Order: sequence, then C-alpha cells, then structure tokens
Amino acid sequence: MDWQALALSVKLSFVTLLFLLPTGILLGRWLAYRQFWGKSLLQTLLALPLVLPPTVLGYYLLVAFSPNQGLGLWLVNTFGATLIFNFQGLVFASIIFNLPFAIHPMQRAFAAIPREIREAAACCGMRPSLVLWKIELPLAWPGIISAMVMCFAHTLGEFGIVLMVGGNIPAETQTIAIAIYDRVQSFDDHAAAIMSFSLLLFSMLTISFTYWLSARSERTHD
Amino acid sequence: MTDSGIHITLQQAAPIPLSVQLDCKSGELLALVGPSGSGKTTVLRAIAGLYQAQNATIICQNEIWQNSVQNIFLAPHQRHVGLVFQNYALFPHMTVLENIQQAISHLPKQQRQTQALELLKKVHLEGLERRYPKNLSGGQQQRVAVARALARQPKVLLLDEPFSAVDQVTRRKLYRELLVLRESLSMPMILVTHDLDESTLLADRIALLHKGEILQTGTPEFVAAHPKSATIARLMDQQNLFTALVIAHDQAKQKTHLRWRGILIEATYQEQFAINERVCWMIQSANILLHRRGRPSNGNKENPLQGQITEYMESSGLAHLRVQVDKKLDTTISINVPLHVAKRNTLGLHEEIGISLLSEGIHLMPYQILRNES
Repeated sequence: MDWQALALSVKLSFVTLLFLLPTGILLGRWLAYRQFWGKSLLQTLLALPLVLPPTVLGYYLLVAFSPNQGLGLWLVNTFGATLIFNFQGLVFASIIFNLPFAIHPMQRAFAAIPREIREAAACCGMRPSLVLWKIELPLAWPGIISAMVMCFAHTLGEFGIVLMVGGNIPAETQTIAIAIYDRVQSFDDHAAAIMSFSLLLFSMLTISFTYWLSARSERTHD
Repeated sequence: MTDSGIHITLQQAAPIPLSVQLDCKSGELLALVGPSGSGKTTVLRAIAGLYQAQNATIICQNEIWQNSVQNIFLAPHQRHVGLVFQNYALFPHMTVLENIQQAISHLPKQQRQTQALELLKKVHLEGLERRYPKNLSGGQQQRVAVARALARQPKVLLLDEPFSAVDQVTRRKLYRELLVLRESLSMPMILVTHDLDESTLLADRIALLHKGEILQTGTPEFVAAHPKSATIARLMDQQNLFTALVIAHDQAKQKTHLRWRGILIEATYQEQFAINERVCWMIQSANILLHRRGRPSNGNKENPLQGQITEYMESSGLAHLRVQVDKKLDTTISINVPLHVAKRNTLGLHEEIGISLLSEGIHLMPYQILRNES
C-alpha cells in the first residue's frame, strides 16, 4: 500500500471539497431559484466534465496553463506561479472536473424545497441569510452531503486528468489511482490489488451512504 | 383610509394585469373572491411583498410598505405580515413548537416558548408541540399555520385559501374556530377564496376580483343581491339572469315595468334605466315565491308565472328546481325550496307549479349579451 499516494489523494479530495462546498451551495442555489438569460448555456458548460473524457479536459487545462502562452503565461508573470505538474494545478483541475458532481445534486436539493416554505420563512421575519441557514440548508443537506461524498470519492479515484495536469511525481502529484497504474506497470500485482480493493471498498461505501441519505431525506420530508 | 387599516392600490398591465384598490379596516375580514386565475393570490403575495407589482401603493397602519413613485419596497421579512399559505408551508424539519417559534425568534428563549405554547392553546393544539408536521392531520396543520402567522403579531393577517386542503367536516369545524378566533383579533384580515359560501359565512365584506380587476366590493349579501353588472352576477353564481326591455316607470307606485320574452314583469322603481332601454335583470331564488297548491294567497298576484319542473334535485335539506316558464323559448327559472316544502307540495319532475317573482327582489343592470341565457 502506497500510503504517501493515499495521503496525497485524501489531501487533494479535502482541499477540493473546501472549495467546492461554498461554490456548490451558492451556484446550486442560484441555478435552482433564478431564471436568467444564458442559464441553459451555463448549465451545459457545467455539465461538460460529465461527458468529456478526463484526458480531453486535462489536455485543454494543460494547454491553458502552459507557462509559454495565454493564461499560463499571465499566471507566471502576475503571480510567479504555474498550475501544471504541481499540487495547486491538481486542485484546480479537480475543482473543474468535479463541478457537475457538486452543483447538480445541490441544485436539485435546493429546487426540491417548495417555494412556499422559503416564502413562509420570509414572512416569519427571517432575512435571506437566515432563511438559507435555518430553512434551506437543513432541508437541502442530504443533497449537499451526497454531493460532497461523491466529489470526495471521485477525486480520490480520478486518473486521466490528474496524469495530464499533474504528471506522476511521487509526493507531489502521484495520487493513489496513478500509484495503482504505476504498480501494475512495474508488475507489483500485490500492491495494485490491495490499493484497488481499498478504492473499490471505499466507492461501495460512498454509494451506500448516498443512497441511505437519499432514503432518509425522503422519509423526513414526506 | 383609517390609521389602523391597510390600503392597497395595484396597477399594472403585464405580465399579470392588475387593477386593484382595496381598503381593509382593523378587525375587519375582507374576502377576496374570484374564479381560478383571477389574480387573488397575486394580490395577496403583493401585500406580503412576495410579488412586486409595477405601480403599487401599500400602506399598512400608517407604514409605507410599497410606493412605486417614491421607490419604496419593503422586503417580506421587513413587513409584519401573517400569511397562512394554501398548503400551510410548515417547516417540515421542525416540530410544531419550533415552527411557531421561528416567527418570534427575536424574543428571549423563555418568552418565545411561553408565547408559542399560548398560541398553541389558542388554536387547540396543546400536547402536540413536539410533533412534526408530517404527523399532523390537515386540520391540525392549518391550525399550526394560523398560530405561526399570528405569532409575529402581524399588522395584517393574510389567508390564502386556507380551507381548500381539508375535508368538508374539518372545514366546517375550522370555520367555527376562525369565527371565534377573529373576535380576539384586531388587525385587518384578508381571506382569499373562490368559495362564495365560505366568503358569505366568514367575511364582513367581499371584493370580487375578475381578470386582475376588482369589480365590486360590499357585504356578501349586498353584492349577491345588487351586482353592478351581469358579469358580476354570473361570478356571484346567480342562476336567474336574463335580458328584458324597460317599458314604463310608475313613480307613484315606485315600480318599473319590464317586458321579458313577452311576459310583463314588475320590478321596484329603478329610474336610472330609460324607457325602451334594454337591460339585464336577475332575481335570487330567495325572492321567488312558490304558490301553495289549492291555497292561493295575496303574494301569488306579484309577477305570477306558471311552469313545469324540468329539473329536480335534492341535497342538504333543499330541493333544487328548474321551472320552464316558456316552453317555446325554453326559458327556465331556478328555485331552491326547503325539502319539507317540496314534499308537502308534492313537487317532482314534470309537475306544473305556480311561482311569483317578488318585485323588490328584481335587480336591473346595464345590458350586455348573455351567453346561454337560461
């Protein structure tokens, strides 16, 4: 078992969640309640990572962050930093890749709250921030938790985009999924099997947990 | 406009046409009545601040909630509004007690609890404070919604079809409870309903809304008996609505004479309609006298008509009759009589009967084409 790779994957997952939790809540809520011009286009763009091969997305990110041109050059000139072949780049790519997994369940969770419930809260004298805190978040939390768990598991197992943007640098960008690939390449079947089984177990637990949350939510709100 | 009431003016052409001017005094219950899609709920939402009409003035107890000219618009949480939603909109993740406490979250915890429990007692829900909304019946949920709306000591109480989601037995019980409860309430109350019987039972005044426009306001009895137009009469579910020609006025006898499909009708003096002017006229069933068979009385002389019963239905202690008074033109008049009267007079389908239209019950309105004139 490559504990270093596992630790890096877990760290990447947590940092990704740290960014995606507020982003997902705000964006998911916004998309759930607001109608605006270009909403369909925005939703299409946000859903793209669901259907785009990770390597394709990784390729575009690699091109975009290349320090020789465009955005990558601007980043180097402005901040003296680059987003390829390092942990920061992995985090950014992971956020982009996980956006639909975070936003869609949250959007659905917020949209499921009847408008009258939110209006009743306002008529009770609650400011919009209080309505979010006391009414919307408690009612949407199964969706939010489910989104977070899915993102965590997804980041933990992500391979293509990580390899494209981060490469395979031990302790820097080598996640557990890449470590498995590395072990297979070097014929270390035993280590690959242990790590694969660990990820399989974790994935199963994740899915079970999200189904349980979904069922619990239905029971509570019926 | 009184200091303690609410004054509402809403004007807009689109997206929802609105032409509304309403006043409701403190302690008064005003029913906003109209068919589905007439804009009743939109008006209520505008009062609560949940909908912003383009040109609006809403002043409640001397506080400006909205004034489009001065660009004032108070958000719902800034208005002291108690709103009971059609489906109650209780917070499903909170207990009954917590639901009510949300409306008084500005108070200290102990006071909050005491007030919420008092309100629960007021709506007869003692002992249910730890229950969740899903474990309550429809009637109980409605009571919680009322208690929550009252908790904030609102400056206006808004009720959006609050009885539509419960069965008839529960509804009658809740009517009685609301009638008792309102005696202790001093704020203006606006009830949205499409049920005319409900508005007659509960409201001091009704405002009839049609396609976003207030057509008439007044006591339910007055609007039902004296609609300003045939459209209003139709909306008030008046069955006996016809057209006729004014043929004479008799000022001395205070009578106006009409010709209705060849039949001469005598109505109370209504000089605003000229001779030879076409008019609409109506009569409520309560102003139609059934001739007792074999025992004629003086009342029988007033606009007497003979006819045949073409429809006969019994429900809730009443017999609903449709009497054809002119076979050639298929003119029918609708009458409701107590069931015991119908039985005593052996009324039934195809029976010949005599009726009298009481002249003081005949109300004239400006002419308009009536579809399906009965």
